[in-house]
Amino acid sequence: MTEESNSPQRQEAGTLPTPKGETPFIEMRGISKRFGGVRALEGVNLSIRSAEIHSLAGENGCGKSTLIKVLSGVHVPDEGQIILEGKAHSHLTPAASQRFGVQIIYQDLSLFPNLTVAENIAFRHHVETPVRVANQQVMRKQAQAVMDRLKVSLPLDELVGTLPIATRQLVAICRALAAEARLVVMDEPTASLSHQEVEGLLAVVHELKRQNIANLFVSHRLDEVMDIAERVTVMRDGRNFGTYPVSELDRRRLGELITGHVFESSVKAPFSSKDAPALEVRGLTCTGQYADINFELRPGEILGLTGRMGSGRTELALSLFGMNPPDSGEIRVKGKPVHFHNNRDAIRQGIAYVSEDRLSLGLVMPQTIADNTVISVLDKLTGPLGLINGARRAETIERWIFQELRVKTKTAERPVQQLSGGNQQRVVLAKWLATDPRVLILDSPTVGVDIGAKAGIFQVVDMLAGRGLAILLISDEADEILHQSHRILVMRYGRIVGTYDPTRISEKELREAIYA
Amino acid sequence: MPNNTSFLKRAFRRHEVQIAAIVVLMAVFFSVMSPGFLSAGNLTTLLESYSVMAIMAAGLLVVLISGGIDISFAAIAAVTQYLVATILVQMGGNWVVAFALAAVFGCVLGAVNALLIYYLQALSVIVTISTMTFYFAILMFVTDGKSIYDLPDWFTASISPFGIPFPVIVAAIVLIATAFLLNRLSIGRQIYGLGGNLEGAKRMGSNILGLQCFVYGYSGLTAGIAGLVQAHRVEEVVPNALIGRELDVLAAVVLGGASLQGGIGTVSGAILGIVLLAIVQNGLTLLGVSSYSFGFVTGLIILISVSATAIAAKRQQKRTTGNAA
Repeated sequence: MTEESNSPQRQEAGTLPTPKGETPFIEMRGISKRFGGVRALEGVNLSIRSAEIHSLAGENGCGKSTLIKVLSGVHVPDEGQIILEGKAHSHLTPAASQRFGVQIIYQDLSLFPNLTVAENIAFRHHVETPVRVANQQVMRKQAQAVMDRLKVSLPLDELVGTLPIATRQLVAICRALAAEARLVVMDEPTASLSHQEVEGLLAVVHELKRQNIANLFVSHRLDEVMDIAERVTVMRDGRNFGTYPVSELDRRRLGELITGHVFESSVKAPFSSKDAPALEVRGLTCTGQYADINFELRPGEILGLTGRMGSGRTELALSLFGMNPPDSGEIRVKGKPVHFHNNRDAIRQGIAYVSEDRLSLGLVMPQTIADNTVISVLDKLTGPLGLINGARRAETIERWIFQELRVKTKTAERPVQQLSGGNQQRVVLAKWLATDPRVLILDSPTVGVDIGAKAGIFQVVDMLAGRGLAILLISDEADEILHQSHRILVMRYGRIVGTYDPTRISEKELREAIYA
Repeated sequence: MPNNTSFLKRAFRRHEVQIAAIVVLMAVFFSVMSPGFLSAGNLTTLLESYSVMAIMAAGLLVVLISGGIDISFAAIAAVTQYLVATILVQMGGNWVVAFALAAVFGCVLGAVNALLIYYLQALSVIVTISTMTFYFAILMFVTDGKSIYDLPDWFTASISPFGIPFPVIVAAIVLIATAFLLNRLSIGRQIYGLGGNLEGAKRMGSNILGLQCFVYGYSGLTAGIAGLVQAHRVEEVVPNALIGRELDVLAAVVLGGASLQGGIGTVSGAILGIVLLAIVQNGLTLLGVSSYSFGFVTGLIILISVSATAIAAKRQQKRTTGNAA
């Protein structure tokens, strides 16, 4: 990564001519918003045509969420205009925004898990007139009509809480449609979807377009943005950097526009080492999850493990971490066979696991950075009476949080939940590195992390590998695996179906190997 | 859900059906052990004496579904009972006036909870424990703990059309009304939504303060009515008679499948929860077991019920992940 060399030209937004006869559905002009002394938005322009698929791209904290909240009427902007149906508004209220047909689908979907699909879709029915007999028949009909329009089929009488996440997303889209949406804003809609599910979602977005409904698609995944959007508005640091037709960009260029950095896209040279493997797996099998897994991992090596959701990769990782006992086969650490009864055994053998879901599994969110860091090494920090040695605790925190991982914070005595996603991920890493592991398993470390923070995480991973840590990197993002690993294993239906050398395979070929 | 699952099996996954099965088993057990159990007299007394609890359970159920909890309802019932009785003794009145007064006092005292919870952003359990202590302490302070015995004759006179005791009729009306509110009225469905996803309800435009005032007001209202019915039954108003009942009612409602996390619960479940507790306590009495064992048995039943729910949830989870793999 090089700093601002070949820096992309800044383009004034609004300079892109709107084709004749196409009035924008909504135009936001010169929107500025401050919170206390902090500038969140400054002079942002965003124009979305009716039936356009528009993408909003930018790193975390660049103001995307604030802009969406201005659009939904939650925030009142300090300056600027919002032009809807030819009329200028200084701000919108939530009710007005919805009346104009702006529907926001938040990342958490805001559905009611304890109600049926039909009732979720037609919930507005209840809110509009709270005191009346709710007619389930009418609600079902309304839900059915929306489903037909969208050409999807959903189990109307099932509880939403029992449905897979991709289906819930469709419920949320149907609900937006039931409210006469003309612009559907989707905030990170694909963050927790598998590859096929993303395809399904994109198809639905196209269907919305056919019905003359515009879409504002907010995603960290540049591939999807390139795939689906017609134009993309790039935001950087509270300003909009420009609006570009996607046909004039490629993914690399878009990444450069977002971060202001130029990314080198090179793969790693093959790894060679005479060291004994840190981790060996022989014929490992767990019925119904994975079978006959063989590989070895040497100190300093980054082994990429990929495959789609349900291919058994996460189950395998959990077995290596002692949380999912295998039926047969052998795991060897430093040449010695080991049997893990639980993850404490695995930690004792020097295996660390950074989970996919850093928010729910990796960290205790309301606790401080410091407490989260030392939680896995408390036994090493205690003195003879079982009391924690303050000096050693401080030493551990200073070393891992500030020196090694350079978490952006002034003090470690701050709740983890106040950190950005990328920095939280670093705290998770610090927590595990403090256990002094030999093998580090990273399960989808960049889910929900923006492109700039991703680069930061992989710098850390490279540094750790350079110091002789053996790293198993699990991810379903082909480009990530390709550029970050020395060697790639592809899993399908619970088996390893191929081992690849990143210098000899293209991203396209790797994708085909994963999704074949 | 696989299609080959038989109707019976599917029905049995419903919490209400499981509780109903246990109720039947218990009823059979006690009627075999103690012939007096199934007598018409015993059953009528049983219904009559647990109807006050059932009325309070209806209000609490609504609060639980909304995602909150109310500990103060027994104290509200006691305060309302005392206020209404005082007014009736001093100024006279009739049943319509009595119910109207009880409803208004209960509703206002309950809505205070909602305002505190909403504006202080405080946990409902903390707020309602505070108001419980506060209401009850005020009552004891002002009344000096003195009971009211000289209730009007019309108030204490036994009413039982078709042989159905008055408390049972009131309980039935309250329970049916609550079921209608929860299942058929839009506001009831919004209460389920509120308990299922508070943030989601906000985003859909539900009036959160309004819903909470309604929910806690409703709990207060049912408590007020329960207090009135209790006074009618025992023909006196004793300030501390109802205190301590809140946990029994809570236990029964949770036993009936209402979730403390909110969003889940039914009137039929709550009724079954109360019936189960009633049968067990009554059965033990008939068997001559000391009433000190009630707490022990009640606790045990709840523990078993909670474990059964947890185990079922775990199995369900395994089934769904098994299908995905």
